[in-house]
Amino acid sequence: MNPSSLTPASGRPVSFAATGAVFIGRSLRHSLRNTEALLMAILLPVMLMLLFTYVFGGALDPTGHYVNYVVPGIILLCAGFGSSSTAVDVATDMTNGIIDRFRTMPIASMNVITGHVAASLARNLLATAIVLGVGLLVGFEPAAGFLEWLGAAGVITLFILTFTWLFAAIGLVAGTPAAASGYGFALLFLPYLSSAFVRTDTMPSWLQRVAENQPITPVIETIRGLLTGTPIGDQAWLAVGWCLLLLVAAITWGSWSFRRKAGRR
Amino acid sequence: MIPAIEIRGLRKSFGSQTVLRGIDLTVPAGTIFALLGPNGAGKTTLIHILSTLVAPDAGFARVAGHDVVSGRDGVKRSISLTGQFAAVDEVLTGEENLRMMGRLSGLTAAEARSRAAELLQRFGLTEAARKRVKTYSGGMRRRLDLAVSLVVRKPILFLDEPTTGMDAASRRTLWDMILGLAEEGVTVFLTTQYLEEADQLADRIAVIAGGTIAAEGTAEELKARIGEDVLELRDEKDKVFREIPTGGSIAEIRQRLDELARTVPAGTRVNLRRPTLDDVFMALTATHKEESAS
Repeated sequence: MNPSSLTPASGRPVSFAATGAVFIGRSLRHSLRNTEALLMAILLPVMLMLLFTYVFGGALDPTGHYVNYVVPGIILLCAGFGSSSTAVDVATDMTNGIIDRFRTMPIASMNVITGHVAASLARNLLATAIVLGVGLLVGFEPAAGFLEWLGAAGVITLFILTFTWLFAAIGLVAGTPAAASGYGFALLFLPYLSSAFVRTDTMPSWLQRVAENQPITPVIETIRGLLTGTPIGDQAWLAVGWCLLLLVAAITWGSWSFRRKAGRR
Repeated sequence: MIPAIEIRGLRKSFGSQTVLRGIDLTVPAGTIFALLGPNGAGKTTLIHILSTLVAPDAGFARVAGHDVVSGRDGVKRSISLTGQFAAVDEVLTGEENLRMMGRLSGLTAAEARSRAAELLQRFGLTEAARKRVKTYSGGMRRRLDLAVSLVVRKPILFLDEPTTGMDAASRRTLWDMILGLAEEGVTVFLTTQYLEEADQLADRIAVIAGGTIAAEGTAEELKARIGEDVLELRDEKDKVFREIPTGGSIAEIRQRLDELARTVPAGTRVNLRRPTLDDVFMALTATHKEESAS
C-alpha cells in the first residue's frame, strides 16, 4: 500500500468550459441515478394533465375543449415541479464536504451549480416533451406553425432556466436540504394563482390583480397564444422581461450566497 | 528555501466568538506537521484559512510562498485539502469520483482513467471501483478521500483529522500512506486529537488550545515537558482518584510506589499508562499559568 511508486501526475490549467462540462456530466449522472425523482418529475405532470382534462375539465369548460386551455398551464406546473429538486440537489452539495474540495481547487467552483442547472434543464425539457405528447393523445389540438412552435420552445426553455436558477438560489441560501425543499414549495403555488387553469376574470377582483401581475400569467398567455392562437398582445414582452429580470436576480443572489458561505457548513 | 507554510499573528473571530487569538507557525517544506488539540480548539478554522476557504481577520499566512488572501489562486494550485468529513460524491462510484477529479485537475480523459485505476489499486479499492460510494464503509470512504487528494501531485497536503472514527487497522494503513508521501517530498499538515498519531507521524507538533499555540516542538521535546508514563491510582470501585506523571524510569516508578504504599488507603490499585492528550494539556496549561503568574 505504499504510494511511493505512484507516478506523479501533473495537472494543467482547466478552462471554464471544461470545468462546466465535467460538472454537467456529474449532475446528469446524479439525475439518471435518482430514479424516484426522475419518475416523479415525469409522472406527476402526466397525472395532473389527466386529472385536469378528465376530472375537472368537464366542470370548468362543458364544451370539452378545456384540454386546449390547460396544456400550457400544465407545462409550467411541470417545469416548476421538475426544477424544484434543484434546490435540494444544490443544498445537499453545499452541506457536504465535497464543496470545500471544489472550492480549494484552481477551478471556477461556481460551475458546480451551473452543472445542476443544466441537468435540470435537460430533465425538464424531456418531461415537457412527454407532457406535450400525452396532451396530444388526450385531445390537445395545437394551431401552431413551425415558427410558433419554435417561439413556444424558446419561452418554455427560458422559463425553466429562470425557475431552476431561482430554486438553485434557494438551495444556496437554505441551511439544509430539508429547508431548501420547504422554501421551494412556496414557489410551486404561483402557477395556481395565475391564468394556468381558469381565466383570471373568474376570480375575485383582488386576486385577479395578483394573478394578472405575477410573472407566470404572461408566460402562460404567451405559450397559449403561440400554440393555440389566442391573442398575445404585450404578454410576450412581459413574459421575456419577467424571466430575464428574475434570472439575473437569481444568479446574482445565488453567486453572492455561494461566495459568502465558503468554509461554513 | 521558502517554508511550505508561514503564519504570523493570525486571528479569526466568528461574531463574538474568538477562535484564533494570534497564531505563529512555520512549517518547513517536505515535513509532516501535526496540529494537536481538542474539539473546538480552532484546528479546522486554521485549516480553512490556510486552504483559502475563510479569510483571516488579522495577521497573515503564506502557503507555498503565496498569501492566502491576495494570492489565493497560487495557494489553490499548490494544495490539496482532505476535510474532516469525507469529501467524495456518494452518488458516483469510486472510479467516477477519481476520474472526475482528474478531469477537474487538468488530466485528459485517458490520463484520468489510468490514474484512477492506479490509485484504486494502491488504496485497495479495485474491487469496489464500480460500486457507488454510498455503499462504502467508513474506512473505504476515507481511503478514497485520500486517493482523490492525490489525483495530481500537489506539494502541500492538508488533512483535517484524517483518522477520526477509523478502526486501528485502517488507521495504521493510512499512517503508512502519509509517511510514504512525506518520503517523496510532500509537505503534510494534519490535525489530530490523538497524541499517538502526532507522535507516530509528525516531524514537528504544535499543541493548540483556546485559539493559541500552547507548545511547539518535536515529539521528544513535548514529551520532555509532560513527562513519560502516568501512574493511575484507582479506589475499590475502580475509579481513578489520582494521576501522577513520572519520568518513565524503573527506579523512579519504584520509588514512587514505595512512597505511595505507605500513604494510600488499603485496596488501592495501580495502573501505568501512556500520557494522553489530556495530560499534555494539563501539563502545558499548568506551565502557562505558572509563567504568567511569575
